[in-house]
Amino acid sequence: MTTTLNRSATPGAAKPKPTFKQRLSIFDVKASPYFYVAPFFILFALVGLFPLVYTFFVSLFDWHLLKGQGQFVGLENFAEILQDRFFWNSLFNTVSIFVLSAVPQLALALFLAAVLDQNLRAKTFWRMSILLPYIVTPVAVAMIFTNMFGEQYGLINNILGNFGLDPVMWKNETFPSHVAIATMVNWRWTGYNALILLAAMQAVPRDLYESAALDGAGAVRRFFSITLPSIRPTMVFVVITATIGGLQVFTEPRLFDPATAGGSQRQFQTTVLYLWEMAFQRQNFGKASTIAWLLFLIIVLFGFINYLISRRIATADAGRPSRAARRTIAARKRAERTNR
Amino acid sequence: MSIIDRAKPESARPSTGKTPAGEAAPAKPAIFRKRFFGTGQRPGFLSYGLLLAFLLSSAYPLWWSVVIGSRSNEALGETWPPLLPGGNFWKNVGEVFDTVPFWLALGNSVLISGIITVSVVGFSTLAGYAFAKLRFRGRNGLMLMVVATMAIPTQLGIIPLFMVMRTLGWTGEIGAVVVPSLVTAFGVFFMRQYLVDVIPDELIESARVDGANMISTFWHVAIPAARPAMAILGLFTFMTAWTDFLWPLLVLDAGNPTLQTALSQLQSARYVDYSVVLAGAVLATLPLLVLFVLAGKQLISGIMQGAVKG
Repeated sequence: MTTTLNRSATPGAAKPKPTFKQRLSIFDVKASPYFYVAPFFILFALVGLFPLVYTFFVSLFDWHLLKGQGQFVGLENFAEILQDRFFWNSLFNTVSIFVLSAVPQLALALFLAAVLDQNLRAKTFWRMSILLPYIVTPVAVAMIFTNMFGEQYGLINNILGNFGLDPVMWKNETFPSHVAIATMVNWRWTGYNALILLAAMQAVPRDLYESAALDGAGAVRRFFSITLPSIRPTMVFVVITATIGGLQVFTEPRLFDPATAGGSQRQFQTTVLYLWEMAFQRQNFGKASTIAWLLFLIIVLFGFINYLISRRIATADAGRPSRAARRTIAARKRAERTNR
Repeated sequence: MSIIDRAKPESARPSTGKTPAGEAAPAKPAIFRKRFFGTGQRPGFLSYGLLLAFLLSSAYPLWWSVVIGSRSNEALGETWPPLLPGGNFWKNVGEVFDTVPFWLALGNSVLISGIITVSVVGFSTLAGYAFAKLRFRGRNGLMLMVVATMAIPTQLGIIPLFMVMRTLGWTGEIGAVVVPSLVTAFGVFFMRQYLVDVIPDELIESARVDGANMISTFWHVAIPAARPAMAILGLFTFMTAWTDFLWPLLVLDAGNPTLQTALSQLQSARYVDYSVVLAGAVLATLPLLVLFVLAGKQLISGIMQGAVKG
């Protein structure tokens, strides 16, 4: 496009030497794109790429927070971390909290999206209402729920007590603490995911439902046979973004017990929290960098899958009507209006 | 928008005879169609009941923090939680102000999120426009890089970044929070996707023919077209920056916090007064609640277009 522009801008005078103004214009056309993308790449190289590479460099050394670079130890940090039971413990906790949050969250989000995918009155109101928790910052969420899950005077144990049940040790026992933290995550993200799924559901052609209904399929059957298969790419996408987010859980477990880094026995210490403890409490930057890199590798694995699937979503985006289809729909609407 | 409003076009659609539904529709007339899909058809009470139940369960923790935040700590000991706010809210708020530099933290958060938002939106629009509409050598390769970097969680570079900030002497300054977030790969990707469809090439060409140089073409053609996407990207960037906790916790100190790190200080005090903590949580939620009321629709349309986690 830009090349045609040049030609049309200098149609007759192309042969003689271009004037200064023309040369300036050519330079403008050629160089501008680079100036436009440069800020992103320069800044990203500085604050995104460099730290990542340097993290690997640091992980090859004994490195102390205050004393700085120490001896070169090669892959020793990696070997030690891979044998470190606290590291595996943190990975276990992370995955456990992730599963406890992703599964119920997604099931509920799907259900909500299906309910919202009807011809509701006050659509916007309901959509906003399910998004309400999303605007509460994770720190506030953690503070509110930490309180509700208090072992002695917490709201939930109070209510359990009213029914004659024993209080649950939300902070001292592994599984209950994971449930509590997963609840915080679920509370904030369910509505958000429901909206993403709702968008996918609305793109499913309504004819499909109509013909299924005529064939005698009930609402439940229609949901499982039509809705679910149609939104599969979006489901996978939601799962993977949730996974990447889930692997980095920090705020909630950090504030669940502010005095410790993830519980007195590390019951709910996640990997990022362990990384934080290693770096800033034990002051071992070398090992902390190792943890960062191992976590990075795990996340890249998921990120790579994410990329492949996003590409498939992009190509299989037939669910979203093509421009031609949208035009036909608009034309139909118009016809309908004039018919009336 | 990308989503077809389902009910209206459906009912308006004439039966084409292509699908079984279309063939059967005339035989089973309007009543049948109405039962399942008609315009007048509204879902029953069950749907509204379920949504209401969900609304209550998502609103309750917030309401509960308002209730406790306006009472004293004793309210926590009551076996049945009180349902209405008490009269201690301003007293608790006063204690929040005494414990942490709240206004400073609020100012810092506004400043940090504001700068990051302007920068991310500005640079993303520039780069996104270049990738969407301009031809240059290496465009595809560079775009691939942008997509690939989207998978890199920048917070895993926190250790070197921390070392850099310490070397520069920026720890404790808000610059240390701002600089690492000035650009995001997602922003570039998002703007490119949007602008590819939205600006017709002819428009750019005619601007060029009229003698506009590249930057004024960008200014007068791309920016107006990009405005809706810029608003959505801005909203999400602002929220992400506003809610960030880990990085500000590392590079700022207690004397110069963001709202999030200030809040967390409330809880790590030696004797935790939960009514004060919750009053603080309520205070910190208010700004975003205002934003939500003003821009909730854009937020929803952004999510539904897939504007995912920054």
